Amino acid sequence: MTTGYNFAYLNEQTKRMIRRALLKAVAIPGYQVPFASREMPMPYGWGTGGVQVTASILTPQDTLKVIDQGADDTTNAVSIRKFFVRTAGVATTEETEKASIIQTRHRVPEAALREDQILVYQVPIPEPLRFLEPRETETRKMHALEEYGIMHVKLYEDIARHGHIATAYAYPAKVNGRYVFDPSPIPKFDNPKLDDCAALQLFGAGREKRIYAVPPYTKVRSLDFEDHPFSVQKWEEPCALCGSTTTYLDEIILDDKGKRMFVCSDTDHCRKSQEKAA
Amino acid sequence: MRTILKIRNLAKQFRLHLQGGVRIPVFDDLHLELAEGEALAVTGPSGKGKSSLLKIIYGTYKAGQGEILVRHDDSWVDLARAEPRQVLEARRRTIGYVTQFLRVIPRVPTLDIVSEPLLERGIAPELARERAALLLERLNIPERLWSLSPMTFSGGEQQRVNIARGFAAHYPILLLDEPTASLDQENKARVLKMIDEARDQGSAIIGIFHDASDRRAVCTREFDLSRAA
Amino acid sequence: MTKPLLIAENISKYYDGRVACEKVNFELWPGEVLAIVGESGSGKTTLLKCLSMQIAPNAGRALYSLRDGRTESLSDLSEAERRFLMRTDWGFVHQDPREGLRMGVSAGANVGERLMAVGERHYGRIRSTALDWLNRVEIAGDRIDESPRNYSGGMRQRLQIARNLVTAPRLVFMDEPTGGLDVSVQARLLDLLRGLVRTLGLSVVIVTHDLAVARLLSTRILVMQQGKVIETGLTDQVLEDPQAPYTQLLVSSVLQV
Repeated sequence: MTTGYNFAYLNEQTKRMIRRALLKAVAIPGYQVPFASREMPMPYGWGTGGVQVTASILTPQDTLKVIDQGADDTTNAVSIRKFFVRTAGVATTEETEKASIIQTRHRVPEAALREDQILVYQVPIPEPLRFLEPRETETRKMHALEEYGIMHVKLYEDIARHGHIATAYAYPAKVNGRYVFDPSPIPKFDNPKLDDCAALQLFGAGREKRIYAVPPYTKVRSLDFEDHPFSVQKWEEPCALCGSTTTYLDEIILDDKGKRMFVCSDTDHCRKSQEKAA
Repeated sequence: MRTILKIRNLAKQFRLHLQGGVRIPVFDDLHLELAEGEALAVTGPSGKGKSSLLKIIYGTYKAGQGEILVRHDDSWVDLARAEPRQVLEARRRTIGYVTQFLRVIPRVPTLDIVSEPLLERGIAPELARERAALLLERLNIPERLWSLSPMTFSGGEQQRVNIARGFAAHYPILLLDEPTASLDQENKARVLKMIDEARDQGSAIIGIFHDASDRRAVCTREFDLSRAA
Repeated sequence: MTKPLLIAENISKYYDGRVACEKVNFELWPGEVLAIVGESGSGKTTLLKCLSMQIAPNAGRALYSLRDGRTESLSDLSEAERRFLMRTDWGFVHQDPREGLRMGVSAGANVGERLMAVGERHYGRIRSTALDWLNRVEIAGDRIDESPRNYSGGMRQRLQIARNLVTAPRLVFMDEPTGGLDVSVQARLLDLLRGLVRTLGLSVVIVTHDLAVARLLSTRILVMQQGKVIETGLTDQVLEDPQAPYTQLLVSSVLQV
């Protein structure tokens, strides 16, 4: 652990400020709480929102897992994990089951989460209404008055253009029957995992200075039409490594001739399945 | 027959503000009564306000003083003082007006122009169009013109479209401003017959007829403006 | 219904002490089309904005008869109620259709938005209603998925009208709806509006400087000059027998063709 920094990099006043925002976010599920986002020693877009949330909730006893696109060994995941090893000295793991805090970009782990776990999402654009309404004053009013008609305008456009709802990630959902929110750029495949999840889910947007939350066991309902109900992606073939037919698969291009294969995006889950089979 | 229109102490003058506020008197203390089934010919030299009288009764010109009492739904309404919507209501069901010239709305087909008064009374579009077609046929407007705007029609054709529109719905009071002016003998005869029929159905008619023989043919009474006011 | 839909009571608006409109009173009854005429700067657009709650008057109030029968001062409604009113029971047709349309989404979505805003969640129904409305404003159904950016000025204006009327509003505000259009396109739009006003029994407050538009569409006229209403009456009466000096000037200034 590197000395000279406060535990987990942020000073205690900042953490307190962020914790207050987190408490408010938990109290009002799906509501975007503004917070005084700090400059972090990494660029925006690298998960500064998620890092600040993680830093504020981290204790020396925690075990941290960081994933990017489901994998623990990608650049973004590795650098954030190293950051907390250096500044907080916490234990890290690649195993979902062993982690008490999981910071994620673009995926929700395949394994079901538990009550003693917290999932921290890195969020680039927290405002789901931004697509049609550029004015922040107006989007806040729309949230306050539950004017969510234009969310369906986006879905309507999808069906009109593609014959089905083509939005595949950052798929808008309503939390606890009240606020429509952006579950960050996770594939819509993961949306059902947010619903009634046992773990606390926290969302941090560093550049946009917003924090929001889905408390444990909260209703999360993906928006849809009666005649075009919400559905998740399906693949024609199983994972080429573990044979799973129930997980989110990434397409891997193998050579210049277009040879490819589909494998689990959650590397930890895939490895576990392979070990179990062996 | 019941009285249907009572005009009392009617006075009207125009004040032309753009011409130094000059006042042009039209009538002073005009009295007139009309009963159902009557046809009144308004006469007098031109410039005596024959058309103005019709326009005042219809509400297009504002009455200066006096009362214009009209029996509307069995109660008397003073159109000189009525609210705009009351005047509109009276126009919709009680007072019809065939102006001297058709004011055409660009692009609207002839058949629609004629059926409009019926539609405004809530009559079904098919029925309204049927009745409009009947009238246009009767007034010798060839069927191939019905779907066109009358904007490009001849003066006589426009006038007949105007009359068809004015006679489409039944009005207890019918104001006619030179309805036969630009018509040939055959069409004139048809229009005079339509006026007679309206009167037979109980309409009270006030008309301006340039032609004395037309006047004698349909009118039961004359009202000379040069003596009246 | 036997009471006014909209009542303006002494509505006044000042900008830096300068009168924009002052002590305007009128009643709008169901089915009436009221034209507010006057030259630029006469206060007609300010009045329209006060009536439609886009700006708050300095004095006076506007009363509206809600669908449930209550008549309420618009300023007493909560913001939620006001905004709900605006996207259900009211329409607003802007002179520039780009202000009233979402240019980034298709024509169908533009028409369907209000339906979705009031809770319609069936794509098929939204689409068939949108098609029906495009048809009613004379836009070919096969252009439903195009962006209004591809539309001509006249088509955009008709699309804006469809977008407003899809929730069957009772009151529509129009600000120079034919202002930006070619004369030939204007005639078509006016005719369309006339037909819609009659078949839907709409009440309309329309601001225009064009007396021909007022004559074709309105049943009543309110003439404004320097922020004040100087003459009101039936449309044909105001145009054919204008009383006030300014109205006489206005009417006599119309070019005859």
